[in-house]
Amino acid sequence: MEWEVVIGLEIHAQLATKSKIFSGASTAYGAQPNTQACAVDLGFPGVLPVLNQEAVRMAVKFGLAIDAEIAPYSVFARKNYFYPDLPKGYQISQFELPIVGPGHIDIEVDGNIKRIGVTRAHLEEDAGKSLHADFHGLTGIDLNRAGTPLLEIVSEPDMRSAKEAVAYMRKLHELVRYLEICDGNMQEGSFRCDANVSVRPKGQQELGTRTELKNINSFRFVERAINHEVERQIDVIENGGTIIQETRLYDADADETRPMRSKEEANDYRYFPDPDLLPVYIEDSLKEQVKSELPELPAAKKERFMSQFGLDQETAGILTSTRELAHFFELTVEASDNAVKLAANWISGDLLGALNKQSLDITESPIDPVRLGGLIKRISDNTISGKIAKQVFETMWHGQDSADDIIEAQGLKQITDSGAIEAIIDTIIANNPKQVEQYLGGKEKVFGFFVGQVMKETQGKASPAEVNKMLKQKLKK
Amino acid sequence: MHNKTLIELAAGLRSHSYSSVELTQHFLNRIQQHRDLNAFITVSEDIALQQAEQADKKLASGDAGFLTGIPLAQKDIFCTDGVKTTCGSKILDNFIAPYNATVVEKFNDAGAVMLGKLNMDEFAMGSSNETSFYGASKNPWNSDTVPGGSSGGSAAAIAARLTPAATGTDTGGSIRQPAALCGITGLKPTYGRVSRYGMIAYASSLDQGGPMARSAADAAWLLQVMAGFDEKDSTSVDHPVPDYSADLNQPLQGLKIGLPEQFFSDDLDQAIATVIQEAIDEYKKLGAEIKSVSMPHLEFAIPAYYVIASAECSSNLSRYDGVRFGYRCQNPKDLEDMYTRSRGEAFGAEVKRRILMGTYALSAGYYDAYYLKAQKVRRLISNDFKQALSEVDVLMGPVSPSTAFKLGEKTGDPIQMYLSDIYTIAINLAGLPAMSIPAGFVNDMPVGLHIIGNYFEEAKLLQTAHQYQLVTDWHQRSPHGFE
Repeated sequence: MEWEVVIGLEIHAQLATKSKIFSGASTAYGAQPNTQACAVDLGFPGVLPVLNQEAVRMAVKFGLAIDAEIAPYSVFARKNYFYPDLPKGYQISQFELPIVGPGHIDIEVDGNIKRIGVTRAHLEEDAGKSLHADFHGLTGIDLNRAGTPLLEIVSEPDMRSAKEAVAYMRKLHELVRYLEICDGNMQEGSFRCDANVSVRPKGQQELGTRTELKNINSFRFVERAINHEVERQIDVIENGGTIIQETRLYDADADETRPMRSKEEANDYRYFPDPDLLPVYIEDSLKEQVKSELPELPAAKKERFMSQFGLDQETAGILTSTRELAHFFELTVEASDNAVKLAANWISGDLLGALNKQSLDITESPIDPVRLGGLIKRISDNTISGKIAKQVFETMWHGQDSADDIIEAQGLKQITDSGAIEAIIDTIIANNPKQVEQYLGGKEKVFGFFVGQVMKETQGKASPAEVNKMLKQKLKK
Repeated sequence: MHNKTLIELAAGLRSHSYSSVELTQHFLNRIQQHRDLNAFITVSEDIALQQAEQADKKLASGDAGFLTGIPLAQKDIFCTDGVKTTCGSKILDNFIAPYNATVVEKFNDAGAVMLGKLNMDEFAMGSSNETSFYGASKNPWNSDTVPGGSSGGSAAAIAARLTPAATGTDTGGSIRQPAALCGITGLKPTYGRVSRYGMIAYASSLDQGGPMARSAADAAWLLQVMAGFDEKDSTSVDHPVPDYSADLNQPLQGLKIGLPEQFFSDDLDQAIATVIQEAIDEYKKLGAEIKSVSMPHLEFAIPAYYVIASAECSSNLSRYDGVRFGYRCQNPKDLEDMYTRSRGEAFGAEVKRRILMGTYALSAGYYDAYYLKAQKVRRLISNDFKQALSEVDVLMGPVSPSTAFKLGEKTGDPIQMYLSDIYTIAINLAGLPAMSIPAGFVNDMPVGLHIIGNYFEEAKLLQTAHQYQLVTDWHQRSPHGFE
């Protein structure tokens, strides 16, 4: 039987606010345990939450970027359950009335564009962390993360393969970073994903029973976890079993999913509107203001790079994959006096290659756009050849000097004096009569030998085009 | 000194008839003398004397506000930095907050002296003070009877002249009912008028702090300090705070008083009805017009209240889990055991009852039938009040269906206990301000008159109460042995 896979994702993006969603404590990552949790985050008696307006603004920004309805009126609700790292015994979230309503995101898989529906996105607070290691059978609680604002983004079950799921997740990841509402750091848990997965016989309308895969926190794991779960489900059904609705945990080490809790054990969260918080009213004026501050979004930027700079689809896609990279490119173009093609090739090729090799981000590049632009300028005005440029690039990578300084210091300037080149060519022809004979006898391959000899004599500083032209002339005689 | 009003005490401090330290010591001595009333959970003697010394310096330098140097006491529901805050519960018996409630902060800024923390029903759940982990406070008018609740310690301490005034909180009648039963003046402000920050939550949408004192004029001074928007409490309202004492002396000529039919049904004790009627007659003499009004949904107030308040408290009290503060059971064998035993051992029966009721009301499948339905009833009741208050200036009636009952009399019957708040609860559901003022006695026990006003019209309530207190002396009576 042929099976169809149905996937929906719930993504938790930590919002990049300075302070927590309901308190003034800092949200910075990595502090000593429990040093960034105030009385409100600790759920002390009598304390009250006060909504961080910046979190609201960021949610609105996200909603506008995915063409979603922004609820004029949304409500915070309490999700009640006991857990040691949940200080109040309830999580403040949004339930019936979320701040962001239906919207959509377009993904691209194998050259095809597909629209994925976003059901809703709502604001909530993160919980703390339970630390089980290092406490000799006890559990340590770190509440630094408690109260960090989260935007939970829930998709429609629109994805039909793990590949599509990853494409959607990447697209969202790119978007939240473009919008500067989330740092996207998956290792620190700033961007987390749960996947709802089910299978059904191809052609069937009704959805199969789904399982929820929790906390799969890298693009690679999402793909693997989903594929494994799909295989498991198909196996179960084909062997006459039925899928149980349950939450499963992906174990990256064992590369398998296993049950966490079933529906029967599921909590009754007893949601009700939080009486400590007023409903959130979003005025049109706020929406307008946020809209006017929206950055150019990835899709629009890619279009512009293609039309304005004449880049092909692939290169434009690479250069707009993050806002920082796109910015780097534009600054480099400017610094290189509009050597667009060279800038695009150097960044997408040599620079990204070198950065990848050392696992560096574009923002950590040892060569900034002004220096890179300076190098490109010297290629485009023929001061140096492409080959020499790679050598200069290498030197720039390890130091602070400009391309011009390096070219000057190392004497790398291309020899443009045709008299000098001519003299060298004459000497080489005179010293290699055998090869001249072969060439004149029709063995054109020997031409390369002469070019090589000239470049050797000039230490690569002769313009290859010039050398070619002159050699052809001289050898005709 | 202990029979003086706040105005008299403030004048005495300014004329240096006595120092704040002397005044404070006098009340500390009285508290000590009347320990058996059990009105205080904690007496903060050292801090009180330090604050009094500070106040005396300010008074000497002329840098003093109205309340500077005046001793007061806080209901033990308000968090106090450095002084234990128990909320009347074993689960917080060891809890010292690292912060002050906004109300406490405001009294500190005003230079008041804090004598200590007053007894109360556990987490403000109770109408008799008997659910307190520290044992019930007693009614100074008859120590075999309850002071009412939950702010029973506040009411008893004021009636017994152990403090000139105090704070209370009112979720379903917890300021007004004990004020009535102890013969003092209590005001529950409009919901949102006084910050709830640092005031331990029972039912967040109903809880409201307010002043308790011997007279409306004194209550006006306290409210002046307590009222106002607080950025730490999103439900506090940014509404201008008027001068609550400014209109106290305006006559009541033409005041329209509404009497809700439902407050005067046959269920009302005849003797209490007579006292209320006499008070109404007094208002007629002061120039008020009396009108009957009907509020058909009042009869649903108690069930709606117990659904909403219980639902909210079941969630509010989840934080008492033995993890970060408060009581933790001995040697828990695992997490589940720690939760169940810590909570099981440290919450009292009434608190557990309400947590269970609330958990049930919010459960999947019951939410619509209970919680949502109760919210609808709440809106209908609010509409009844809005309608009535569009026709009249204030509403009047009884506060409590009976005078103070015997200790132990109703502890076995929660429904009977809940009915003690039959006249007060609807006001909390509507979020309106209301007062209880002494209006007479039945069998030597005080009876309170209930005055209910429109949103943010505390000044009118205080004026209405003060004008009555100018022509009556019920509020000046003191219980035998406490004169």
